[in-house]
Amino acid sequence: MSIFFEDIAVGDQIPAFTRKTTMMEWSRFAAVNEEFVYVHMDDEAGQAAGQPGAFGMGNLRWAYMLNALRDWAGDESEIRELAMQFRAINQKNDILSTRAVVVEKSVADDGAALIHLQIDVENQDGKGTSPGRAIVAVPSRA
Amino acid sequence: MEEATTLVTPQMEASKGVWHSFETSFPITATDIRRWAIATYWGQMPPRLFWDEEYARTTRWGGIVAPEDFNPFAWQLPRELTEEELRLQGAIPGQETKKGDNILNGGQVDRFGARMRPGDVISSRSRLTHWEEREGRNGLTLYTYNETEWTNQRGEWVKSRVMTLIHY
Repeated sequence: MSIFFEDIAVGDQIPAFTRKTTMMEWSRFAAVNEEFVYVHMDDEAGQAAGQPGAFGMGNLRWAYMLNALRDWAGDESEIRELAMQFRAINQKNDILSTRAVVVEKSVADDGAALIHLQIDVENQDGKGTSPGRAIVAVPSRA
Repeated sequence: MEEATTLVTPQMEASKGVWHSFETSFPITATDIRRWAIATYWGQMPPRLFWDEEYARTTRWGGIVAPEDFNPFAWQLPRELTEEELRLQGAIPGQETKKGDNILNGGQVDRFGARMRPGDVISSRSRLTHWEEREGRNGLTLYTYNETEWTNQRGEWVKSRVMTLIHY
């Protein structure tokens, strides 16, 4: 199951990938990525860094965005570029939702059909935490 | 206490643009990939491309591939950390941090090439490309930009990342 270049329009919004991030999600990610950094694991360290407690990994928000892009684009597509600024900190128990909107369609020099997206990961208050952009090469009927 | 006027160190000046941290991963296993996908999709089944070889063979990839963000350098053998690596751990419980020792991941830009697959061995190298300093809400703040490049055992380009680290 895949999307096709011709079926995508500028302004389309892709389905969100949403997770409540508790210490469970952080611990699972730390366990595969070896991301046992004190500020992500220990409230005291998070407070020493000026936060209410331990806070979430930017890399996990990054993973959620990739998951959203893959779920939308399908296995025949290819994520070529992802850029994200970690502008706000993700606190414990935040509900994170990806947001991605198609802003441009183009054809690369190698003939690949490219979809350009403006992205962000929002918290439960609708506040953007991670603005950025993505480029996905998708199948074309041409 | 005297206020720091710069967080740029002589070590940074000396290392600017110089490739370092040459590393080679252990061979990627299907289990590594499956566990990564389970962790990041927790709460739902991860895509079959990451764990079902029979299905993955029917796709353009011809077999299981790793998620783009998969890190083959997690869980290398433990070793003594350098002072710099310890410093990059950031705040430590019960230990007061010096100005500049609080470090946040400010973001990254990745470009992706060849997919990573079970059996692949990834080589990595990094360099500090540039930096900038400015006053932020936490006072003097240093932004460093580090480029990392990955290739596989066939010499194919896998990924390039430019990562921003915020030191305050």
